[in-house]
Order: sequence, then C-alpha cells, then structure tokens
Amino acid sequence: MTIDIKSLTIIQALEGMRNKKFTAVDLVQGCLANINKYNDDYHVLLTVVDEAVLLTKAKEIDKTDYSLPLSGIPIVLKDLFSTDGLRTTAGSKVLENYTPVYDATVVTKLKAAGAIIIGKANQDAWGHGSSGENTDYKPTKNPFDPSRVPGGSSSGSAVAVSLGMALAGTGTDTGSSVRLPAAFCNLVGLKPTYGRVSRYGIIAMASSFDTIGHITKTVSDNALMLEITAGKDPYDATTSHCPVAKYTQLLSSTPKSITVGIPKEYMIEGIDKKIQKSFEETLSTLTKLGFQMKEVSLPHTNDAMACYYILVPSEVSSNLARYDGVRYGNSRQSFGSEAKRRIMTGTYALSAGYYDAFYQTATKVRSLVKQDFENAFRNVDVIVAPSSPSLPFKIGEKADDPVKMYLSDVFMCPVNIAGVPSLNVPAGFVVGLPVGIQFIGPQWSEEKLFAIGAVYEHTNKIRPVSQSDQ
Amino acid sequence: MKQSSLTSNDIDHISTLAHLFLTDDEKSLFAIQLSAILDFISKLQKVSTTNIEPTSQITGLQNVFREDEIDTSRMLSQKQALANAPATYKGYFQVKAIFGE
Repeated sequence: MTIDIKSLTIIQALEGMRNKKFTAVDLVQGCLANINKYNDDYHVLLTVVDEAVLLTKAKEIDKTDYSLPLSGIPIVLKDLFSTDGLRTTAGSKVLENYTPVYDATVVTKLKAAGAIIIGKANQDAWGHGSSGENTDYKPTKNPFDPSRVPGGSSSGSAVAVSLGMALAGTGTDTGSSVRLPAAFCNLVGLKPTYGRVSRYGIIAMASSFDTIGHITKTVSDNALMLEITAGKDPYDATTSHCPVAKYTQLLSSTPKSITVGIPKEYMIEGIDKKIQKSFEETLSTLTKLGFQMKEVSLPHTNDAMACYYILVPSEVSSNLARYDGVRYGNSRQSFGSEAKRRIMTGTYALSAGYYDAFYQTATKVRSLVKQDFENAFRNVDVIVAPSSPSLPFKIGEKADDPVKMYLSDVFMCPVNIAGVPSLNVPAGFVVGLPVGIQFIGPQWSEEKLFAIGAVYEHTNKIRPVSQSDQ
Repeated sequence: MKQSSLTSNDIDHISTLAHLFLTDDEKSLFAIQLSAILDFISKLQKVSTTNIEPTSQITGLQNVFREDEIDTSRMLSQKQALANAPATYKGYFQVKAIFGE
C-alpha cells in the first residue's frame, strides 16, 4: 500500500506495523519513491543504499513482531556518521571515495534498535556552515521554497524528513547545525547536553563543542531517538555517567509552574520584524498555557560569537590536520573554500605570538558565557528564544560575506559554548516560510525540554511540506 | 578599532603552517576575508577576563581513565586499515619519498 511518509511520525509508523496496517517494506518503498521523485532537484542524499539490500532488510523485520524500539523505521544519517561499508564523505571532496570499515556508536545503536539506514545526507562540508551551501556537492534546497536555503549544516537530514525520504534524520550540532535546519524546515531538532550522545565514529569538527542530535517531525519522535542513542560510551571519554531518562515516558507528565526566561540581549536590532512579531505571539501562547514569563540577562551574548569563531576554527584546524591523503581520502588540495578559511583562521589563532591573545582569552570568555547561563537558570527553568534572527534566506544571498553568514547563528552558538541543551520546535509560518523557537535548559535537562516542547507543540498542528507538491 | 590587515606574507606563512596550497586568487580573497574575520574576533580583547579561569571541558569531567588493556573488538585488521589507502606496498602505506638519494 502507499503511505504518506511526509506526514507520518515514527510513533505512528510503529503502531501501523504492529497493528498490521502496513509493513516495513511499504515504508521503505514509500521512502524510495520520494527519493526518486525529489533527490535530483533538491540534492538531499549523497548516497542511497541499494534497493535490494533495503528490501531484504525490511522483509526480515516484517517476519518479526516489531518489538524493537525502531523496528523497520527508515532513517537517514548525516554524512559525518561513519558507516561500515557505506561511503561517508563529510560533504567534502576530500572523502569523496572513502568507505569506513566500522560503524559510529550511534549507528550501532540505531541498527540494534531495528532502524533501516536508507542513505547518507548532504551537509555543509565537515559541518562548516549554517545554510547547506558549503557542501562540496550540490547545495540542498528548502522544501518550502526551493530558491532558499534549508539551514545547515545538517541540511540533507532535515530535508529528507520533510520530503518523506525517511522518518528521522541524524545530525550534529556544533553551533546550530541540528536546530537551524530543523527551524528552517518546520521540524523538531535537539542539540543535547555536551557528552549526552557518543561522538565515537562521527567525523570531528570541534571536539569540545560537537554534539549529536536528531531531526524529527514531533517532540515524541525526538525523545525516542535520544532515548536510544544517549548514554555512556567507553569509546568516547567525554560521554557522561549521568543516567539516561525514559524521555518518552516523561512526556505526558505536564510540567507545572514553569518559569520561562526571555533573554533581553536577544532582542537585537538585526532581528527580522516578522520574526519578532511571531516570537511575541509564541510568548503569548506560552502565557496562555500557564507558563510564567521573566526577563533574564545573558550579558556576554555579543562576546560569545567572537569566542565561538576563535575556539571552533582552532579545533577545526587541529582536527582537519589528519587529512593527509596517505591513509585514506584525497589530498589537502581537495578542501573547499570554507574549510580552508577555517583552517587558516584557526592556525593563525593558535600560532606563536597570538595564542594568548586569541585562544587563551577565548577559553576564559567561555567560562563567562557558561556563568551567564548558570546565573539565568537560578531564576528560570528554561530560556526561550527565536531560533534564527532571519527567515530562511535566498541561496547565494550571504555566500560572499563570511562574517554575515556567521551571524546567522547568533541565538544558537552561545548554547554550544555553555554545553547546555536546546530544543527547536516549529512555531508556525511567516509569509509561507517556517519559523522555529528554541527552549534552552540547564545541562542534563533534556526531559524538561521535551515535556515543555510537547505542551507547546500541541498548539501548532504538524504541517507537512506543500510547496514541492505543486 | 584598528582594521586588521593580513599581508600576502602572512597568508603564505599561515598556509605553510596549515599545509594548505592556495592559488593566487585564494590568497588575495583570503587576505580580505580573514582580515574581516580577525576584526570580528579581535573584539574579544576588550572583555575583562582578569581572575577568570579558562574552561576546556564544559561538563566538568576530569581524569577519565580506562584500563590499559587491548580491546580486540575495535581493532582493525591490516587489510581493513589499508582498505582506503590511495597507494600501498606489500601491506604498508606508500608515500612519496621525502629524502633525496
């Protein structure tokens, strides 16, 4: 039977299979039909698993009683996730022909949970970008307006979910890369606490910032994905012993007397008036839901971006030093412009005579940004903020001005500097384009973010992509 | 604030350190763009950081150790390790000679 994958959630798909309404084979065929229909125009997936392999896997699952937490659920992986025997490019020409010989821990966990890996999603090369345009392949387009960017760097993961090529997309968030594409594509995306999900086998961007999160249609799907992938991993020493909550079971425990903080520093001049208006509507919705509102201050917000663009390129230049074209991959000639720019910036910041002024100062400012959030969370349970100061912008609009592009992430990067979690939830549409808001919490407060996100989400109906159907 | 400007010598020096080979067009473009990025990040110098401790591990983990034991489950075979190498020779990675005769 034909299934409308674009509007189907993971939870609904599991129910459908368990109640014998459809099979895993139906799901896989539905995803493949959308890949055939859209991939050439929207540049979403860089590698698609062979159809025969996918159908064999789906048939095996159809012989079971679908008791695994993700039995038969089609998933795409951002192309930073190492997959045994499946090409992994990081969106870069350096790794154009690279096939890993092992799985990332998250991939191992997803496979063990019964998920079917459909393919590998396009992205800004190495995770360097906010729009998806920094891919070394063809840039992914926004499903709501193909002349606009889908947000990055996990661009293909978001668009794959939006266009029904999979029911979830995995991502990484170093500065915005799960939340921004989720916001620009009307989806839910979590940047978890640093160390909540293992980074083992995921191609590193900036190791002290990188987090692994997922993009889904609903908060409950996202909670399920985190529940399966989170936890201590002996192969990643930065993962935490902090117990993983049963996020899906805590969703219905409606949070009571929640105080929501609104950072006054985020009401900047550069914010799009239409976003501002939409955000004010969100605040009044939250008030009607019974949340208390309170202004908070994050005084180092402006310094956070400069801090980010010192520390992250420094770590990038170090992490990308391993690509020598000797053991695997093409030579360093194959790096794209943005990777070269960040390697150059980081190398300069770490070079003799500049280390104290740049890197050392930035690690101290990092402490100040972290303190800002800790102080705010003494007075409020969560912070709410627009996910982006602008609507999804036109492809090419910011391509020639790296600093302007960097500022697309001004509401998001401080979260990564402080290592706290943040959940993007769709907040409706403005002039036909999706708008997102984010709920930011203290470290290890993911269950609270999911519970609040679920309450807010119910005020907005899920609206699958429409433009591409025309 | 004073505008930063990188000279072509600076660009050459940094690209050598980073082992990147830039075209002439890239060098002139990066001189402009990196100068703008430096202006942007240089504003951090104005933040007061006296008596502030640096942060390198954001969740406060310290001294994470493991037993010094070989974990065979994550070891690659020689064949696997060489699987993606552009050039191999008798089970080794092959590289260009860096010494003369």
